[in-house]
Amino acid sequence: MTNSTRNRIKDKAFQFFGIFCMLIGLVFLGALLVDIITRGLGRIDWDFLTSLPSRRASRSGILTAWAGTLWILLLTSLIAFPLGISAGVYLEEYTKKSKLSSFLEINIANLAGVPSIIYGLLGLEVFVRQMQMGASLLAGALTLSLLVLPIVIVTTREALKAVPPSVRQGSFALGATKWQTTWRQVLPASFGGILTGVILALSRAVGEAAPLIVVGALAYVPFVPSSPNDEFTVLPIQIFNWTSRPQAEFLVNAAAAIIMLLFITFLLNGVAVYLRNKQQKKIKW
Amino acid sequence: MKTNTSVLTQLKATLLVCGTLFLASCGGNSSESGGTGSDLTGSIQIDGSSTVFPITEAVAEEFRAEAPDVKVTVGVSGTGGGFKKFVRGEIDINNSSRSIKEEEAKQAQENNISYLELSVTYDGLTVVVHPENNWATSMTVEELKKIWEPAAQGKIKRWNQIRPEWPNEEIHLFGAGVESGTYDYFTEAVVGKSHASRGDYTASEDDNVLVQGVSTDKNGLGFFGYAYYLENKDKLKAITIDDQNDANGKGAIMPSVETVKNGTYAPLSRPLFIYVNSKAAARPEVVKFINFYLDNASELSSEVGYIPLPAEELQKQKQKFNDFVTGLKK
Repeated sequence: MTNSTRNRIKDKAFQFFGIFCMLIGLVFLGALLVDIITRGLGRIDWDFLTSLPSRRASRSGILTAWAGTLWILLLTSLIAFPLGISAGVYLEEYTKKSKLSSFLEINIANLAGVPSIIYGLLGLEVFVRQMQMGASLLAGALTLSLLVLPIVIVTTREALKAVPPSVRQGSFALGATKWQTTWRQVLPASFGGILTGVILALSRAVGEAAPLIVVGALAYVPFVPSSPNDEFTVLPIQIFNWTSRPQAEFLVNAAAAIIMLLFITFLLNGVAVYLRNKQQKKIKW
Repeated sequence: MKTNTSVLTQLKATLLVCGTLFLASCGGNSSESGGTGSDLTGSIQIDGSSTVFPITEAVAEEFRAEAPDVKVTVGVSGTGGGFKKFVRGEIDINNSSRSIKEEEAKQAQENNISYLELSVTYDGLTVVVHPENNWATSMTVEELKKIWEPAAQGKIKRWNQIRPEWPNEEIHLFGAGVESGTYDYFTEAVVGKSHASRGDYTASEDDNVLVQGVSTDKNGLGFFGYAYYLENKDKLKAITIDDQNDANGKGAIMPSVETVKNGTYAPLSRPLFIYVNSKAAARPEVVKFINFYLDNASELSSEVGYIPLPAEELQKQKQKFNDFVTGLKK
């Protein structure tokens, strides 16, 4: 056996191993989707989307849950993204390499690994009690913002790093200030990457139940929140509640609600991919 | 590069889309209200046990027809989690699957919170095994204690250690998680000390997980609320319980609506409670809600799988509450 045939065999072997690895993930995801869809799809209709929760599974709906989820998403975006992106820009574009900056870097990366329930406890003490927001949408959104901030900061920095230094140098050479360079050149060029991070962060926030339960999100809310100070529930809590009920019909409801949650996540991801592709076509260096 | 303006346009567009979705979501609630005569307003905040949740949810749902402008919300922080908020005066009513603990009562006192306990329904903690388990059909409380007490940890591992004639096979235990009121009640009733048991068993706050566990394990043994047994009768076998006290029913007793109601399924039949904050009880909407709760508890608790209190007992609870309210006014 020559060296090159051996290498070719290795190459093929790795290729099959790669396919196998990919299939593991896909098969599980596929099984999950098929199971959920066969159970829950038939349950989704207009009434299900517009009804209040009820003790009777067949009359129960997810109106307050998805309305709460949308509120939380909107508020979390409004709070977390300006903060996260600004922090990322500062760390990447403005700070000089120093012990302090690498210390910050490590800690932000660590924050991304803190269990979400810890953020819930923090939110309960700081927002709900000290700042007296009560178990409101605002307190929940602030808690989730803290939760996703590390993701936003880290991905913003990665996106900024991917912009070639020559773009910045060109801008500086023409006499632009740092802010002008960042705002007019670097940020637009990294828009796609930042957006990916932002959507990843939102997708994480949309699936969280534990920290919101700690903050005081409820399981039965018979009204659609009309301001950020209102009490609320979200889809994951409604799903969690339904799966723990004794009657099997509630499991069907839970499956249907999971489909809606997946739908919202896919929609978010779809929008992100669309915007990113559109943006990338425009950038020509 | 001329991308900077379009970035902003796109951001604006995204926000606009979000905003529109949002407004669409807000539109839904306006048509619901109006209708019946009650002009009560305000909000009632309830939290606590997930075991009591289904019945409180049912009451809150029906109460909307009675007083459409009162916003009743119900959370599921667990009995203990609910009491933490209750003793700080953060909620009006706590759903509770056990009585208030001494230290919780002390905290309430420190915060100047007084309250009233009302029992609203019964539940029968059911001990179950796999349907193919043909040996264990009945157990004494003494035997249950032998299995669950802290000293059993790592020692009682086989069925024949409980009764010699039972098979020499491993016993696999499933039970409520230590944070739940159900766990506190079971340990109190069986081991004799609240919150004390062996730790080497499969614990879950979600009773469906326990159902799943026992129904797929021939050597499994577990306990949970009667409603979960009732819904999964085809997958589980309930064990009759003998408390060796002939005063409340001779011999081993099967959990059923009848035996829980008349108290012969001892010691594992338990009342479920709501705790009402006295400040809340001074508000007309809360008074109306509690009265509505007690008036409908019987019908609604059977609907969600619990065992209703006898009518005279509910009447007593109502009397107790109304005395409490009159007492507040003096």
